[in-house]
Amino acid sequence: MTRSLTPNNQTLGRANWTLQDGLLILAIISLILVIVKTASHFSGPYSTDLKIETSLSVLPGYTVQTLLRMTLAYFLSLLFTLVYSYAAYRSRVAAQILIPLLDILQSIPVLSFLPGVSLALIALFPGQRIGVEISAVVLIFTGMTWNMTFSFYQSLCGIPRELKEASRIYRLNLWQEFWTLELPAGIIGLIWNSVMSWAGGWFFLMAIESFTLQDKDFRLPGLGSFLAKAAKEQDFWAISWGLVVLIGVIVLIDFFVWRPLIAWAEKFKVEMIESQNVPQSWILDFLRRSPTMRVLSERLWMPLQQAVDEGLVRAFPVRTLPSNSPGRSQVVRWVNWLFMSGVAFIVLWGTWEAVLLLRLLNWDDWRHVIVAAIVTALRVTCAIILSLAWTVPVGVMIGRNPRLAQLLQPLVQIAASVPATAIFPVLLIGLIRVGGGLDIGSVALMMLGTMWYILFNVIAGAQAIPGDLLEAAMIYKLSRWQRWKTLILPGIFPYLITGIITAVGGAWNASIVSEYVTFKKQVITTTGLGATISEATAQGNFGLLLAATMVMSLLVVLTNRLVWRPLYRLAQEKYQLLI
Amino acid sequence: MVVQAAKSRIVRLEGVSKAYEQPNGQAISIIDDINLELRSGEIVALLGPSGSGKSTLMRMIAGLIPPTQGQVIYHDRPLIGLNPGVAIVFQSFALYPWLTVLENVELGLKAKGENSDPRRQKALRMIDIIGLDGFENAYPKELSGGMRQRVGFARALAVEPELLCMDEPFSALDVLTAENLRFELLDLWIEHRIPTKAILIVTHSIEEAVILADRIIVLGRNPGRIRAELPVTLPHYRDRKSPSFQALVDQVYKILTNPEILAEAHQEPTTVSQPERSTPAKYQSLPQVRIGSIAGLLELLEDRQNKDLYRLAQELLLEVDDILPIVEGAKLMDFVKLAEGDISLTPIGQEFIGGSIDDRKLLVRAQLTAHIRLVQQICNILQAKRNHRIAEELILDILEKNFSPREAKRQLQTVIDWGRYAELYSYNEPAGEIFLEQVPDDNEVEVETPV
Repeated sequence: MTRSLTPNNQTLGRANWTLQDGLLILAIISLILVIVKTASHFSGPYSTDLKIETSLSVLPGYTVQTLLRMTLAYFLSLLFTLVYSYAAYRSRVAAQILIPLLDILQSIPVLSFLPGVSLALIALFPGQRIGVEISAVVLIFTGMTWNMTFSFYQSLCGIPRELKEASRIYRLNLWQEFWTLELPAGIIGLIWNSVMSWAGGWFFLMAIESFTLQDKDFRLPGLGSFLAKAAKEQDFWAISWGLVVLIGVIVLIDFFVWRPLIAWAEKFKVEMIESQNVPQSWILDFLRRSPTMRVLSERLWMPLQQAVDEGLVRAFPVRTLPSNSPGRSQVVRWVNWLFMSGVAFIVLWGTWEAVLLLRLLNWDDWRHVIVAAIVTALRVTCAIILSLAWTVPVGVMIGRNPRLAQLLQPLVQIAASVPATAIFPVLLIGLIRVGGGLDIGSVALMMLGTMWYILFNVIAGAQAIPGDLLEAAMIYKLSRWQRWKTLILPGIFPYLITGIITAVGGAWNASIVSEYVTFKKQVITTTGLGATISEATAQGNFGLLLAATMVMSLLVVLTNRLVWRPLYRLAQEKYQLLI
Repeated sequence: MVVQAAKSRIVRLEGVSKAYEQPNGQAISIIDDINLELRSGEIVALLGPSGSGKSTLMRMIAGLIPPTQGQVIYHDRPLIGLNPGVAIVFQSFALYPWLTVLENVELGLKAKGENSDPRRQKALRMIDIIGLDGFENAYPKELSGGMRQRVGFARALAVEPELLCMDEPFSALDVLTAENLRFELLDLWIEHRIPTKAILIVTHSIEEAVILADRIIVLGRNPGRIRAELPVTLPHYRDRKSPSFQALVDQVYKILTNPEILAEAHQEPTTVSQPERSTPAKYQSLPQVRIGSIAGLLELLEDRQNKDLYRLAQELLLEVDDILPIVEGAKLMDFVKLAEGDISLTPIGQEFIGGSIDDRKLLVRAQLTAHIRLVQQICNILQAKRNHRIAEELILDILEKNFSPREAKRQLQTVIDWGRYAELYSYNEPAGEIFLEQVPDDNEVEVETPV
């Protein structure tokens, strides 16, 4: 969440409405059902007595555990991304199902996965901590992986035709093609999205590490649960130390991992023009010039690579080519048919089961969900409008002033990288003192989580406005208002839209944690869809959880398709600065 | 041809056609019924205007694209999948930006499974031959365009292909670099320093074809078919200034500018299957040029003594691909006439040059409504509709019966541009609508029989 979303991240620009969209809606329902259903089948004792402490001495140990969880989840996401996108890229039939499915998965709020995944895994390892640990990793994974997968798939689809032809004509086998063409082509997007994914992981860490269901307690020792516990007990000393460690860890990871990676990935740009603002990393320079690394690479890495390569070429000699023989295509057709009908069966079964579960809900429940949805939608809108009100002027000011940008951008990045959930408790105390409570407080909490997206994009947009257009505006003596209307607002429009789309998605997700807060050993809640989901989770009301999650996912998918994508297209077509 | 068949044949095309099916079920023919032979020891140039399918033809020979009809025969056996004897040099170089020069050159050898030492030796030798010494560890983006294409050549030659295919290899380079590289390639070929047996070069530059090729195959457009096959017997290192060179260029120019002429040297009537032509395209294919360029051409033609189109292009430093569309546009509006490669103004063209901006607009307007079928159609629909607006999709639908979706879009763009110049109609880009600027009074409407 620390970086602007614009060109490299490729989270946007998918296909239009397609035939699959009908399937998609049914699939949403059945998928959510599967998750919820596993939760409802859970019954069994869980009796590990893990105690979360808030003394400073446990902090290093907790931090290490949290980092381990995040790293495991990240590599799981990476593996999933590579396999899933590659399958969708290679097989057209698979793409027809996998890509819409990804759209759905992405729209399901992470925390709705929570009860299902945890309970299923705890049931698998009854009475053992490992079940809870695995479920935490899987949950962090669900928050990390979707945007990475999308980005990699889009990079694969965007590989220039002649590069693909060259790899065919020089007869690279699939393994070589993957390493010389496909992975390098996607690596920039992958790295930028990894950065976002880690930010997303931090965001939900508190909720994931301190999950309680009904009277059961599945807490895990870690930085997230430390902060949650400290907030619950209103231990300011512990909160501030926890925050310091958290921010420190985030900054260090940025410096030692992401910056070098981003600078290194520069060489994978497909454009043949040397760009002017090349990301730099001191660490990377150090590594590149270090003799030890060179020796290691020459003695160890290269021979290993070569051995694998040659072994593979020998094992699978020059690619035997896809002939048009009828036998093969017959088999392919059969496999496709089986695949499709399997998916159709699962979807139908899921829909049926969902209907059965939803029948348990009465009319009041539905009314409650719908009212909650409207309230939360209003809250999301408020949060976005308020964010726009301050980020647009400030962002333009920062973007148009290089010196200011240089000074403020790192600060803003650090501010944005702090997961809003960690500051919620501190903010809450203030809000409750001032009055207004969570009704208004939750809007502030949503803003805290989402306004950065808009700010980053506005800054990037303002920087992209060509200087001569501004000069022209001055020469023709446009008034301040005219200048904003004719130049600045249209200039930043595409960036603004990108920022808002991400912010809205984030705001819906944040509603779950911001409308229902455990604080000072009591639950503070307000009407809203997020609160409904949290409540249903806490009470084990799976029908309600299913209904609320479904409504939220549908709302997110529908507004994306009906509002944001047309706007995005308009931005692309009309307001793109072609210079 | 029969005489030359004694030389060993590498690739033979038998009645090869390629058509793409459009989403609306219409099949668009790209290449139609091509018969061709590539023999060892010769450089063959595939020459044609854009849209003649020459790149597609080359890709079919390489086995990247299967033909819809007919067969590609490689050493007397029908080709299935990739052609094992072919390497390609790409127009955009197609180098992997994240690999060094050496790694790029080694790529094909690596895929063949050669061991690392001989592989490196071969790659280095090829880098040496092609003149890239000292740049082995550079990345492509550090190199100039010419050096990048050298890497492309080295990569292709390193796998020792029997047939080297080149897809407009010099067209992304500047004039001087291209000329230099052309002659270096010729050196390698003539001195047999590369093991390649034959070269196929796809080009849209007539001079390039005449300089390099032993045989020129001229392709026509819509769909691509062989218009002429010209042997070039001039000894190598040909002099651009020599009369025989110029004569040959002139001849190719004539073939390209005049759809009716078939070359004298072309003795195979079977390649032009007349019966299939009996279904003429309903709409003319409009060249993608601005009225401004056409006006510029007309201005140049005024008071010009030398009517030769080729000389004119040469003076303007324009390739055929650049000047032909302009000439075609002018011809469609009846501003110029062409005869035997000579171009001259018609009386209407004279009138155009003499007129003011408004006169010119009126003239273009008259010519468009008189000659261009698509413009007539759009005007008719606009008049007929009550709100005088049409969505561009409607026009695209009509066009896609005859053109590929991409070409249909280009046609639409051109017709919008021309119509706007002539103030026949206007266009709203965001809405994608063509509309009449002012609603005309009834008595102002042109005398056309109302339906």
